[in-house]
Amino acid sequence: MNKYIYYPGCSMEGSARAYAESLSQVAKILDMELATVRDWNCCGATEYLSINLIPAYSLIARNLAIAAGQVNGTNELMAPCSACYLNLEKADYYMAERPALGEKVNEALAAGGLHYKPGSLQIRHLVDVLVNDIGLDVIKSKVVRPLTGLRIAPYLGCMVPRPDYQHRWSDHEYPLELDDLMHVLGAEVIDFPLKTDCCGGHMSQIAPETAYELIRRLVSEADEYQADLMVTVCPMCQMNLDAYQGEANRFFGTKYQMPIVFFTQLMALAFGIDAKSAGFGLELVSAKKALARIGVEAPAPEPASPRRKPDGLPMPPHRRKKYASGREASDEKIAVAE
Amino acid sequence: MAQTKTASLTKGAGFKKQEDLTLLNEVSSATAGVSHLEMCIQCGTCGGSCPSAADMDHTPRALFAMLRAGMRDEVLHSNTPWMCVSCYHCVVRCPQEVHIADVMYTLKSMAIKAHQYKDNTAPDFSQTFVDNIEAFGRSYELGLAGRFYLQHQPLRLPGMAGMGWGMLSSRRMNILPSRIEQIDQLKAILTKAKTLELTS
Ligand code: SF4
Ligand code: SF4
Repeated sequence: MNKYIYYPGCSMEGSARAYAESLSQVAKILDMELATVRDWNCCGATEYLSINLIPAYSLIARNLAIAAGQVNGTNELMAPCSACYLNLEKADYYMAERPALGEKVNEALAAGGLHYKPGSLQIRHLVDVLVNDIGLDVIKSKVVRPLTGLRIAPYLGCMVPRPDYQHRWSDHEYPLELDDLMHVLGAEVIDFPLKTDCCGGHMSQIAPETAYELIRRLVSEADEYQADLMVTVCPMCQMNLDAYQGEANRFFGTKYQMPIVFFTQLMALAFGIDAKSAGFGLELVSAKKALARIGVEAPAPEPASPRRKPDGLPMPPHRRKKYASGREASDEKIAVAE
Repeated sequence: MAQTKTASLTKGAGFKKQEDLTLLNEVSSATAGVSHLEMCIQCGTCGGSCPSAADMDHTPRALFAMLRAGMRDEVLHSNTPWMCVSCYHCVVRCPQEVHIADVMYTLKSMAIKAHQYKDNTAPDFSQTFVDNIEAFGRSYELGLAGRFYLQHQPLRLPGMAGMGWGMLSSRRMNILPSRIEQIDQLKAILTKAKTLELTS
């Protein structure tokens, strides 16, 4: 059994539920034990680092300190989200490279009764763990439904192969690990030239037009290669390419319909798991047509029944007033779309 | 204005000029890890590798030259750090191993502290995100989108509502934020952290 301490990250409980569900299926079949970091907190994504350095690193390091103190017979900390992975890795690496940072962060952690000695953990991304620990042979041996005939664009994005402080990847800009993994599932893997290009990151929130262009580039390239779908390894990439594909289409007057799914969803399918348990049906650009190519029926969409608290959405306590009216308007608009 | 801090003569050394590296050193020491900023050889590989270069006021290379020249106001007003998408293309290609993306983070936080940015969209987004984390210990996707769009891009809402609805109906956005158990511990850590700075 391969044991890992597991840092899920916020998206796994929300927008990336398909990733979480398919991962738990895949982990079971591959005999991986994942012990979640107790009471883990958000890693700060790419936002806290822009605000204030020591709090940003202390936020990340709280997770490292808890994980390192958690006995699971391993010091390997695995994250499925690229941004979480990089933040955890960055904190561990820089606290060692710059002892002054390590000292300051530990001074802050001490206020919560914690301490982290850099280097205590090995920080790993899920793809790295699957390819390098579990191994392609073992993965291949579990395939009962080869994805024969499915054309896949493997998309890794930025933050997993770069900056790669521990030199774990075959290449920083053109690594083939994800290609190989999809290949052993029996899929037809296209040699996707933009495999480590940027999905736009938080630009979809703050400078949408910049993000649309980056999204367009990726989606149109996959389309040109006649991919049936694109696989991602990161909740932020999946969100940008899936949820904002429609907006990008409207912006450019294009009509792309490229399904964007997590690589673990295809692993689960190949391992014989049904489409619903593999998290299909949650994507906004439907993967139905792609699944039909391998004779898999897509699950019916879930009935929509969002329940709202009558007094509106809870917000962080400060600034509540300033945003109060906006909050109601937000509810209203979403309700109109019903 | 731009020429306030230029080279000054060293004592006694007639021809030798010594640059005023105060700003460069300040940025370098406020950056996590060892920034290698002073090692930049102005080769331009970073700008040539950058997917956002076209939207930037200055390429990373130009910005680092401005840091060396002590052009504080111009650097802090530049949109360059805000257009950086942290793709790390430049970082793996830089021959001098300058931690370029981390320097961008440092410049953003310096601009926020000095209230020197042209457009408050990005700083507000980051602050909103951080507010959520400080209150709950987790980020809150729907609250984030709702608050943010309303303040800055109200006209995008009708289009966005479709997306929001899709996310809600496929239960991909949480209605309620989850709060970590030890939120008090996290708050104590962050409160202490805010009193600390990386200077040396
Ligand atoms: S690539 Fe590195 S050395 Fe070259 S200009 Fe950019 S920061 Fe300087
Ligand atoms: S990390 Fe930032 S500056 Fe460097 S190439 Fe990417 S977007 Fe450009």
